[in-house]
Amino acid sequence: MSAKTITADEAVQFYDLDEHAHPEGHSTMLGFWIYLMSDCLIFAILFACYAVLGGSYAAGPAPKDLFDLKLIALNTAMLLFSSITYGFAVLQMQQGRVKGVQLWLAVTALFGLAFLGIELYEFHHLIEIGAGPQRSAFLSSFFTLVGTHGLHVTFGIIWLVTLMFQLSKHGLIAANKRRVMCLSMFWHFLDVVWIGVFTFVYLMGVLR
Amino acid sequence: MSADPHAAHGHDEIEMPHASMRDYVIGFVLSVILTAIPFWLVMTMPLTPGVTGAVIMGFAVVQIVVHMVFFLHMTPKAEGGWSLTSLIFTIIVVVIMLAGSLWVMHHLNTNMMPMPHEPTSQMTGQIP
Repeated sequence: MSAKTITADEAVQFYDLDEHAHPEGHSTMLGFWIYLMSDCLIFAILFACYAVLGGSYAAGPAPKDLFDLKLIALNTAMLLFSSITYGFAVLQMQQGRVKGVQLWLAVTALFGLAFLGIELYEFHHLIEIGAGPQRSAFLSSFFTLVGTHGLHVTFGIIWLVTLMFQLSKHGLIAANKRRVMCLSMFWHFLDVVWIGVFTFVYLMGVLR
Repeated sequence: MSADPHAAHGHDEIEMPHASMRDYVIGFVLSVILTAIPFWLVMTMPLTPGVTGAVIMGFAVVQIVVHMVFFLHMTPKAEGGWSLTSLIFTIIVVVIMLAGSLWVMHHLNTNMMPMPHEPTSQMTGQIP
């Protein structure tokens, strides 16, 4: 690309016919970021649903009767720990240590599994005591919002395991580095969504 | 630049945000503080519910910014500014959508005719 002034004897170029170098994956990071922004819209809509329906208990239980904040604090800690351990994996990658990356990815996956385990225990408990998604509009929107986040974490863990296999097969090639950075964005993004969930759903719910 | 873009792997490596231990540790410590205070406020309730609600919402917004900066490495220059542009666009859409939904649904709730809780004879009997 060049900025040139047009002289009289030079034809105006309407099309840029020069071929540019497009290194493989040069736009992957931005593309993945835009995917995350669209995911953000999904969560925003689910948050809006919860905000509208969160007060419709249908004479059923209210957040105050259901939520155990100690459990949620533990869950939040799990996700926060998994965020910094993913950070350690990225730092190991920058130093070119495959084993270190895999180790920290494994630790991240364990924290992710702990988070999921606690969440499933909570869901199971709620359904056991008759506060399942069918009970009221509040519980339907609650299960949809928190369940969608949990589903994202599940897929994040599947991706983590896949990435560990790809790393052991091909090592730290450019494509794998790109994948580590994309999953890093995905994982930290899930933590950002969780900030909204624990503040707006759990803490505000207990205040209500 | 080499003639074959696929041959030079080291050369045309994709720009990646550079992370540092310092960033992650600062982000983590700030996140722990910004998470612990809201939980403590709600579990012990030293303030009125209204004030507590406003304060924890404020903490959430600050923590989201902390995550964006220290964990997601957002800078105005990342990806030539396109990351930030798309983020700002998303935030605008989200704010319009959230505020609009809440506003409309709140007015619907307050202006709706009061509905009887049990189906009356008119409702069950007359089906056009």
